[in-house]
Amino acid sequence: MSRSRRAKLQVFRVVTFVVAAIFFLAPIWFMFEFSTRGNGENAARTLDAWKAIGTYPDLVAGIVASLELAVITSIGILVVLVPTMVWVRLRLPRLRRIVENISLLPLTIPAIVLVVGFWPMYQWIGVNLSDSILTLSFAYAILVLPYAYRALDAGLAAIDVKTLSEAARSLGASWFTVMWRVIVPNISSALLNAGLLSVALVLGEYTIANNLLYPNLQVEIVSLGRTNATVSIAVAVASLLFAFVLLIALSFVGGPRRARAQPQERLVQTFARDLSGGQR
Amino acid sequence: MTDTAGTTTRAGVEVRLENLERRYGAVSALNDLSLTLGPGELVALLGPSGCGKTTALRLLAGLEEADGGRVVIGGQDVTNLPANKRDVGMVFQSYSLFPHMVAWENVAFGLQMRKVGADERKRRALEVLELVGLAPYAYRYAVQMSGGQQQRVALARALAIRPKVLLLDEPLSALDAKVRSRLRDEIRRVQLEVGITTLFVTHDQEEALAIADRVGVMNKGRLEQLGPPTEIYSRPATAFVAEFVGLTNRMAGVVKDGEVEVRGARLPLVQPDSANGPAIALVRPETVSLAPEMDSSPGPLVGSVIATSFLGATSRVTVDLGDETVLAQLTTADASKLPPGTRVRLVLRPDAVLIAKDESTAVEA
Repeated sequence: MSRSRRAKLQVFRVVTFVVAAIFFLAPIWFMFEFSTRGNGENAARTLDAWKAIGTYPDLVAGIVASLELAVITSIGILVVLVPTMVWVRLRLPRLRRIVENISLLPLTIPAIVLVVGFWPMYQWIGVNLSDSILTLSFAYAILVLPYAYRALDAGLAAIDVKTLSEAARSLGASWFTVMWRVIVPNISSALLNAGLLSVALVLGEYTIANNLLYPNLQVEIVSLGRTNATVSIAVAVASLLFAFVLLIALSFVGGPRRARAQPQERLVQTFARDLSGGQR
Repeated sequence: MTDTAGTTTRAGVEVRLENLERRYGAVSALNDLSLTLGPGELVALLGPSGCGKTTALRLLAGLEEADGGRVVIGGQDVTNLPANKRDVGMVFQSYSLFPHMVAWENVAFGLQMRKVGADERKRRALEVLELVGLAPYAYRYAVQMSGGQQQRVALARALAIRPKVLLLDEPLSALDAKVRSRLRDEIRRVQLEVGITTLFVTHDQEEALAIADRVGVMNKGRLEQLGPPTEIYSRPATAFVAEFVGLTNRMAGVVKDGEVEVRGARLPLVQPDSANGPAIALVRPETVSLAPEMDSSPGPLVGSVIATSFLGATSRVTVDLGDETVLAQLTTADASKLPPGTRVRLVLRPDAVLIAKDESTAVEA
């Protein structure tokens, strides 16, 4: 590659990075700017709105509920999905495509349509089981399924699940030990990816919670926005930054040991293929 | 060398596969396979892809379930035991070290499953690593080792649990030729030292003949012949074995009164009671010798050298007889006197030969 071409490429990279950074950061900056405005036209900057977050009990409850939902959903989806995916790879490889398609379905169904489907189910759950907001984790597990599936699939594709499992079995390991001691440590990056993506998605979810009448963080932000816009925006900025930091953390998950970047590269590739309409 | 008596040695046990059957849908992968491995014996199962040799090994390991028959290890029927209860050590074709563990942790994994204490399992893991010559690599991850080193660690891992039987599923096939040869000898050395009953599966005849006490040649889910390597090579029981093990010339001939006449030469038959009539004689290249032919007149055993393959101490010469080509294996010194184009006369050593009645017995590549 010639020197001038390399320089042009470098300029292109920098420009792309700056444009993307502005695209993502500018709204957050303006939201932050709005949340720190004082009363009156020439009033000094103030963090009053940020300090007031803790004084709204409903908002605090919404934050706590969303964080609990994020944790429950992440753990739940991993506990269900990892053994299922490993089992399908080992014993039912012919079902893999079907499981993959089912897992990706929520991507193609608009959230509002999902709500229509969930509504009678949650009516029944509310009457017969519990009306706790934490029951939303069932719906959220379905919502995060495509993302968690993709992340885990990339991780499992990076190791020889069959041979490692059989080697462990021949050495005396039970199936639980195979999962816990052999498979999980080798897909730790993928597990973290799936978990963090799930957390980010749950923290930002509004449609389902609002339509099923559960007051999660986003619902409370919108509700608060009607009475105190600056506090509402402050919370929105905080939750955006939290999700943003989580996603940035994905890039730094794992160490240099044993080429852990590979599953992440594959994850990016599979998403890119999906977006371009390609087949796995 | 570390004293391995307390580390890996265990009196070899008898292993019996009795009338094993395995089907995949309509396809029969194993068809009434019976095989007995004596205590401390190394038996190699040899055969082309899809012949059922790996299936037999996986049934013995408990990684697949048999549709019929029994697996008996050391007098105990283990047919219905899961893989983790069978007490077998296995080395796989693909690299199977746990990537998140260093070499000694890999070796100690099976010991941990057997509730051996932390200090004891590390000591034993390091001892077995020394047995396979890899003590200096004890703290390396799989990605920091070559393929040959990884397979040696896998061998150490399989031996560390002092299994009743060692199973080797084409453990050398992913390695380059030189490493393969060296590791093959190493496996044999360790196996003899430990005295463990071993089943070695391979599609490489050289590997099987070099390493095994007995070789079993499999075809289409059946055991065609089981015997010492010399017997398999020099007295093949079937045309398939003759063609699969070593090179064979297929020469048209006619069976007559317990002999086969090939291009005017009469050769004795391994099965003298074969029916009279046209047949294909299976003639080993090393039983064919060549003499320069001064007479330019044609004859049934006269032809021209068309190619020579240098194999080291010996060379393989291809002779065109007009209607068929024949391979002859000569010393390289003799072969060098017969450059391509030289007219030669074939001399067939009167060793007993097998016959194939038709083309269906030909070995698939």
